[in-house]
Amino acid sequence: MIALALPAETTDEGFVAPTIEDTHYPDILPWGGEYGVWFEGGFGKQMLLVIFSVILIASFFMAASRRRQMVPGKLQFLGESAYGFVRNSIGKDIIGGRDYLKYVPWLFAAFFFVLVNNIFGAIPLLQIPTFSHPGSAYAIAAIFYILWIAIGVKKHGLRYFKLAVVPSGVPWYIMPLLIPIEIISNFLVRPVTHSLRLFATMLAGHLIITLAGSAIEYMALSGSILLQGTGVLVLGGAVAMYMLEALIMVLQAYVFTLLAAIYIEGALHADAH
Amino acid sequence: MFNAAIMAAEEGANPLIPNGWEILVTLAGFAVLMFIVIKFVMPAFEKTFAERTEAIEGGIAKAEAAQAEANAAREEYKQQLVDARAEANRIREEARAEGAQILASLKEKAAAESARITEQAHVQIEAERQAAVVSLRAEVGTLATELASRIVGESLADDARSARVVDRFLADLDNQSAGAAK
Repeated sequence: MIALALPAETTDEGFVAPTIEDTHYPDILPWGGEYGVWFEGGFGKQMLLVIFSVILIASFFMAASRRRQMVPGKLQFLGESAYGFVRNSIGKDIIGGRDYLKYVPWLFAAFFFVLVNNIFGAIPLLQIPTFSHPGSAYAIAAIFYILWIAIGVKKHGLRYFKLAVVPSGVPWYIMPLLIPIEIISNFLVRPVTHSLRLFATMLAGHLIITLAGSAIEYMALSGSILLQGTGVLVLGGAVAMYMLEALIMVLQAYVFTLLAAIYIEGALHADAH
Repeated sequence: MFNAAIMAAEEGANPLIPNGWEILVTLAGFAVLMFIVIKFVMPAFEKTFAERTEAIEGGIAKAEAAQAEANAAREEYKQQLVDARAEANRIREEARAEGAQILASLKEKAAAESARITEQAHVQIEAERQAAVVSLRAEVGTLATELASRIVGESLADDARSARVVDRFLADLDNQSAGAAK
């Protein structure tokens, strides 16, 4: 482990694979404590990127929506297409009804927040998908967990919890079996999968790239012609994995938003399910 | 600092345990993003969409209005054309009727005139005949008396007597002619 943080010392010990700890960079503004412990550690690259993503998204869409021309220019067209995609193909198609527009800002913000933060992992130098840190993934999943429960309660009152866990059209004697399953799947497992799906795919993808990168470095510096030749193969594989990871980054942003929309729709129409 | 990080890492931190600061930063970042989206981005886009929809639908409505106006104008022209044609027909019909009437009245007038003239001629002829009868009678009387007096040698100057004789003679003549007529 020590060797990993200081790769120069590792070359004579053989290759040591990077670990999850390596996705956590040293703090930029340390204020004590370390990673892996609640409310410890300092201000790191990941937080900087989260803030950067907000500035990036906000400034892009502010610029794109400012002109409001009937015949849009390139920037406005891009912004409108992006907004229209979330509004229509996620908001309208999944939630539907007359008041789906109320929930579009949540989906819109979530989609581009997750998308940009994921894409950071594919950009050299930035090179870390911020949701590969569990804190961010938990936070954004929690926002939607609270949101859809609040929507359900607001729409159906406290009866919502009954609607959500008691399936209709099921014989009474199966109820004791189904109700606990519904409670667990809807209220316990759902937020966990919602966050872990994002977090795990981002972390795994990032680790693969990191692993390939450090392997290539090790092989290139090994001095052995055989290892260096293998390194070229690894490089080819790494590029393919990089492409796959870029695809997954976009896909996960879409999946996250789509699931959020499905949860909201389920809460809105709990009585119909 | 590096060493501290390494030490922590070496303890094998659970990758599922989040960093509270990261949670806070993500929540705050998302909240700021939501604020900007709700406050600026979404209203602007929605307004643009609505305006665009309205512009397109407004254009269609305008075109429809123009079409309706054109149709109305065409109908009006058609109506006017029909009216004008009917008017012309009516005038022609009236003129024909008037002409016929004028002709009829003229015929009537001519007939009346001719009847009047005929009547007048009849009256005149009757008057002249009467006059001729009277004068003839006087003349015939005078002639007859004169002739008779010459024959008889007797003066028949006595008017009263001669008049009686002539009257009787004429009455005989009348009776003869009446009998012949029968």
